[in-house]
Amino acid sequence: MSDAFEPTIIAFCCKYCAYAAADLAGSMRLSYPSNIKISQVPCTGRVDIVHLLKAIEDGTDGVYVAGCMEGDCHFVSGNLKARKRVEYVKKTLTELGIEPERVEMYNLSSAMGPRFAEIAIDMTDRIRKLGPSPVRRQPRPVAATEQKEGER
Amino acid sequence: MDDLKSGSNLEKVLKAGHFAFTGECGPPKGANIAHLKEKFAHLKGMVDAVNLTDNQTAVVRLSSWAASAVMVQEGLEPNFQMVCRDRNRLAMQSDILGAYALGVRNMLCLSGDHQKFGNHPAAKNVYDIDSMQLISLVKKMRDDSKFMNDDPIDVPPRLFIGAAANPFAEPFDFRVYRMAKKIAAGADFIQTQCIYNMDRFRTFMKQAVDMGLTEKCHILAGVTPMKTVGMANYMSKSVPGMEVPESLIKRLKGAEKGKTAEEGIRFCLEQIEEFKTMEGIAGVHLMAIEWEHRVPEIAERAGLLPRPVIP
Amino acid sequence: MIVADRKSLSEIQDMVKNCRKILLVGCKGCVTVCNVGGLKEVQVLAATLRIAAKMADRPLIVAETVLERQCDPEYVEMLKPVVNDFDAVVSMACGVGPQFLAEAYPNQRFFPAVNTTFFGGAVAHGIWEERCAGCGTCVIHHFDGMCPVARCSKSLLNGPCGGSDHGKCEISKNVNCIWDRIVRKKVEQGRLDDLLDIIPAKNWQTARDGGPRQSRREELFQNG
Repeated sequence: MSDAFEPTIIAFCCKYCAYAAADLAGSMRLSYPSNIKISQVPCTGRVDIVHLLKAIEDGTDGVYVAGCMEGDCHFVSGNLKARKRVEYVKKTLTELGIEPERVEMYNLSSAMGPRFAEIAIDMTDRIRKLGPSPVRRQPRPVAATEQKEGER
Repeated sequence: MDDLKSGSNLEKVLKAGHFAFTGECGPPKGANIAHLKEKFAHLKGMVDAVNLTDNQTAVVRLSSWAASAVMVQEGLEPNFQMVCRDRNRLAMQSDILGAYALGVRNMLCLSGDHQKFGNHPAAKNVYDIDSMQLISLVKKMRDDSKFMNDDPIDVPPRLFIGAAANPFAEPFDFRVYRMAKKIAAGADFIQTQCIYNMDRFRTFMKQAVDMGLTEKCHILAGVTPMKTVGMANYMSKSVPGMEVPESLIKRLKGAEKGKTAEEGIRFCLEQIEEFKTMEGIAGVHLMAIEWEHRVPEIAERAGLLPRPVIP
Repeated sequence: MIVADRKSLSEIQDMVKNCRKILLVGCKGCVTVCNVGGLKEVQVLAATLRIAAKMADRPLIVAETVLERQCDPEYVEMLKPVVNDFDAVVSMACGVGPQFLAEAYPNQRFFPAVNTTFFGGAVAHGIWEERCAGCGTCVIHHFDGMCPVARCSKSLLNGPCGGSDHGKCEISKNVNCIWDRIVRKKVEQGRLDDLLDIIPAKNWQTARDGGPRQSRREELFQNG
């Protein structure tokens, strides 16, 4: 059954780096999983906690933020703010009993086309292993329900 | 002797110009009066008065006024400690009267350690008044026969008023001023924090003498013999406002095996010897924590025995 | 401003555990400024509660709104059309908010989503510190603009206790000793003698100790 699972992943990509890197990956004809849905942002500093949580609430299996290398943010510190927010959401997910690995922060530059593809592959693999988001897993199998309660 | 403020033994000893010697005792964590009396027995005749701590380090113990009353029964003179942490002005004034009625004649006014350190960190603290205001309050009760609100007192508490000074805590610039303030507020005697850094203490005392403070108030130098190197390290690092010079720690470390405590006592005796002749010092306050049984030996070796008996 | 911290998710979940439809109400006053109960925080808490409900296969509707201020009947009034459509209302304002709401809508239940902590300000982005204890009789003019009532752990008015250590309070290395700062400033300004005056015992009647307080301005108050 898990073989059939194709996760939905949202990537918030900064237009100055990750989004450009995605373009580069495309022109380099590097393949990366089609599970990734890219959302371009003017800076990862624009990505708020609530955006990440909304994605999870809507049943997205994984979410990541891809910003510039630390120290290279076009707006000085947007990527650092994004990292803090990702950390906050990881904590919230842990409290909710959701794997915090479903949310991640990455840093790369516009020249890193191959790195963009690698991140997409890594994240897809990671989420595939975790399985569908517990938010969207409805109706949930009885066994899974028991396990969840047992964990608490 | 009617010019005495309280008529306490400590007051008489100091007034007569003797080098005073006071001790300290922590009440039990329980109502074990028998054990408390054993501790008292070690101190009897060895010191002029004994401080009884008031929930020291914010750990609940038998009340300092009750322990003081037991001490009176045992024929020793208590120095009743009161902190501002646990009582408001109503409780303070009633406990001052109560302690006096039970025979207490000396009282030490303190701010108190914050309850965060103690065994009831969830407690609400009081700090209705501070230690300076407490000194003024006791003085007003004694000298003016009035409560804080100016109501008259029927039989005022004649207490010899003490205060603490810490010459080593920061901000150092202010420490002698703070002592001056306590003296102006009405302190008759001062007991200092444990002294280890003699250089700094000499500087502090010189300031006190220059400001004329030692004319107005009796200053007792605080000492605590180090028992172990661990204790020295702990005091140096973990006790706020305590300064232990590296040279003393080295000296303790250099002591022969099993002789660390002896080295600690020797250092303490050397200090006492210097205090005897230091300008402005009227005596020594020995805080031998849980070491009451060693007090007679220290008193003997320091040449402080016999204690003067003044009718 | 009034500073607050959000209650833990589990505490809030416990309050609303029997509810199927709740309203989260933020406040655009102090709690927006200290990033705990404004629009954004309402959205975050709402999303979090909805995720939790989905995880538990539990139906829960979480509606979101923000009032201009919850400490003003004029704005509290604005909830009127919707307030009784919910099983309970969770206020993200300071402790004043849920009480004003409860007074205005006696048939509804109101829960606090934050712990109100102190009067203070931001010393850095994301760090707030206490500055005022609301004692009702300001004394900071004696201390060059620093309040020992609020900022000394023991509210000492006559100088630092023996626990002042390298500018820090004895209770924690993360707490500044305000008396250390007061003394330093007096030394810098050559006015250390100011601190020799003994400040008498404070009259706490103007503080909470005198009972719950009311502030009355006759020139504003309209009878009837």
